[in-house]
Amino acid sequence: METQPNTIDNGVNVEALLGAREALKQAPEAARFAWRAASEWVRGTHSRSTIDGFFGLGEEQRHRQAYSFDSDHPEIFAAEDQGPAPVEYLLVGLAGCLTAGIASVAQNRGVQLRSVRATLEAGMDIQGILGIDGDVRNGFDSVRVHYEIDADASDEDIAAIVAQSQKRSAVFDVLTNPTDVMVTVA
Amino acid sequence: MGPINIGERACSTDVIVIGAGHSGLAISRFLTRRSIDHLVLERGEVGNAWRRDRWDSLRLLTPNWMCRLPGYAYEGDDPDGYMGKDEVAGLVSAYADWIGAPVRTGTTVQSVSACGDGYRVSTDQGAWKCRAVVIASGAFNKASVPALASAVPGPIHQVTSLDYKNPGQLPEGGVLVVGASATGLQLAGEIHDSGRPVTLAVGEHVRMPRNYRGRDIQWWMLVTGKLDECVGDMEDIDRLRRLPSPQLVGTPEQSTLDLNALAERGVRLAGRLAGVRGSRAQFSGSLRNVCALADLKMNRLLASFDDWAERTGYASAVDPRQRYAPTRTDTSPVLDMDLGGGEIRSIVWATGYRPDYRWLDLPILDRKGQIRHDGGVVDMPGVFVLGLPFLRRRKSSFIHGAEDDARDISRAVHLHLNRAASMRAMRIAV
Repeated sequence: METQPNTIDNGVNVEALLGAREALKQAPEAARFAWRAASEWVRGTHSRSTIDGFFGLGEEQRHRQAYSFDSDHPEIFAAEDQGPAPVEYLLVGLAGCLTAGIASVAQNRGVQLRSVRATLEAGMDIQGILGIDGDVRNGFDSVRVHYEIDADASDEDIAAIVAQSQKRSAVFDVLTNPTDVMVTVA
Repeated sequence: MGPINIGERACSTDVIVIGAGHSGLAISRFLTRRSIDHLVLERGEVGNAWRRDRWDSLRLLTPNWMCRLPGYAYEGDDPDGYMGKDEVAGLVSAYADWIGAPVRTGTTVQSVSACGDGYRVSTDQGAWKCRAVVIASGAFNKASVPALASAVPGPIHQVTSLDYKNPGQLPEGGVLVVGASATGLQLAGEIHDSGRPVTLAVGEHVRMPRNYRGRDIQWWMLVTGKLDECVGDMEDIDRLRRLPSPQLVGTPEQSTLDLNALAERGVRLAGRLAGVRGSRAQFSGSLRNVCALADLKMNRLLASFDDWAERTGYASAVDPRQRYAPTRTDTSPVLDMDLGGGEIRSIVWATGYRPDYRWLDLPILDRKGQIRHDGGVVDMPGVFVLGLPFLRRRKSSFIHGAEDDARDISRAVHLHLNRAASMRAMRIAV
């Protein structure tokens, strides 16, 4: 598909991204990023996590401001519901990542978006985390994401944009492929 | 003898025991001593599973001196050795002869159903009516293979630990062994030594040294009372019943078989096999954690042995306290492997076993296909089960563990028969 950068605006600076891609090809070590969060237990199942700095392009970086997130369990788990459940944050991450990808890919393909709405649902059998049944996994047994997209493009092109977004999504990759996780205690 | 038609003359006996393995024979001995009329039905020969359904190099995980059956102790010349599968079959056969067990070999049970105030057991050699049934057919009848096996690409040769006999059965080339119980580790070791490079998928497991402070680990398990721990004293019995067998092997050198030993021999460790996507196998990123858990639990167990030795004054009679290197995991564990590239030619599923109760026409199975029971007493009067992991005690599935369980269950059988008899007498009196 022809790129039409002048006629459409999804608010994504594709030129900058493509420029970064070229620059990083020459300096791949700068492409190593480290994302960070810090978390502190509040009480019960309530914790507060903060996001501030990260590492990338060869140096420490900061967000425009620090962000704070409360996580807890709902009241039906005899908790105080001071925030979303940690598993719900995974859905937030997936939605944010896929939709960012859709906007970027659409911009790159010259497709004007008017609205992009996603609903997400993850199935879980809590017999796993409660240790009732060893055959039941702890985590999601499925994740369903449904998009409703209004854009200047055919259904087929929209489907292709959504597919490409999944292909390049960090969170989609983390959820669908195994990751080495190491937890240490000081 | 030809089959007897349903509804025609069925022979009668008080108790039918299904399975002439060590558990079935142990209860036969106690039933005989209580003068209870019974029959032990066996689909093959005595000790059939040991003869046919085990890999060639299998040895017991317990030393010979521990392998006693009711009234029958090991008297061979290698008390610290470990019996091979044929020796176990020989022991079980010799025991059957010694107690004069009323065994019908070559008799496959086809159904067990309720019939009047007793049960009807139909076999390919005729039918019996009885007042009580003891199910001693074992817990290892079928290989338990995860559903994802069906997604494995066609050219890969697949074999379960129940069909596996020796490495020669496998094509040349790389082998993925799935499962880190005693079975998984033993097979991974011998397959790797046959020149087929092995990757071992490791989920939750139980790590133990073969010897600790100069004594067999099973000696410690026995003397400290671990093996005698009863169902009623344990929290979360379901978890204990599902526990994989400890990573042990019985070799003349009494060597320890753990993940470190296998890694030193060149076996590559991966996390639990989590999925197959297209032609790629995916392994969980939890390898470090399952190894850390197993190390922590082993050290806790050894510390409890140390405490016991101090308390009982045994500390001076055994070697000094030992600790073992933590399980080494790669800095970057394998997470994903191409099953289509020719590197892996076969998969060995060492993912456990489950019983086969297809012949059981009684409503006594839970939704997972296991018999619902309370220490071997099924909630259907006159039905009992023996020889399952942690049935009544930690040692329930051990050879020497059959004695206490069989004694207890024979008492329960006796009580049932007496109660049933007095009920019948009352009905006649009315």
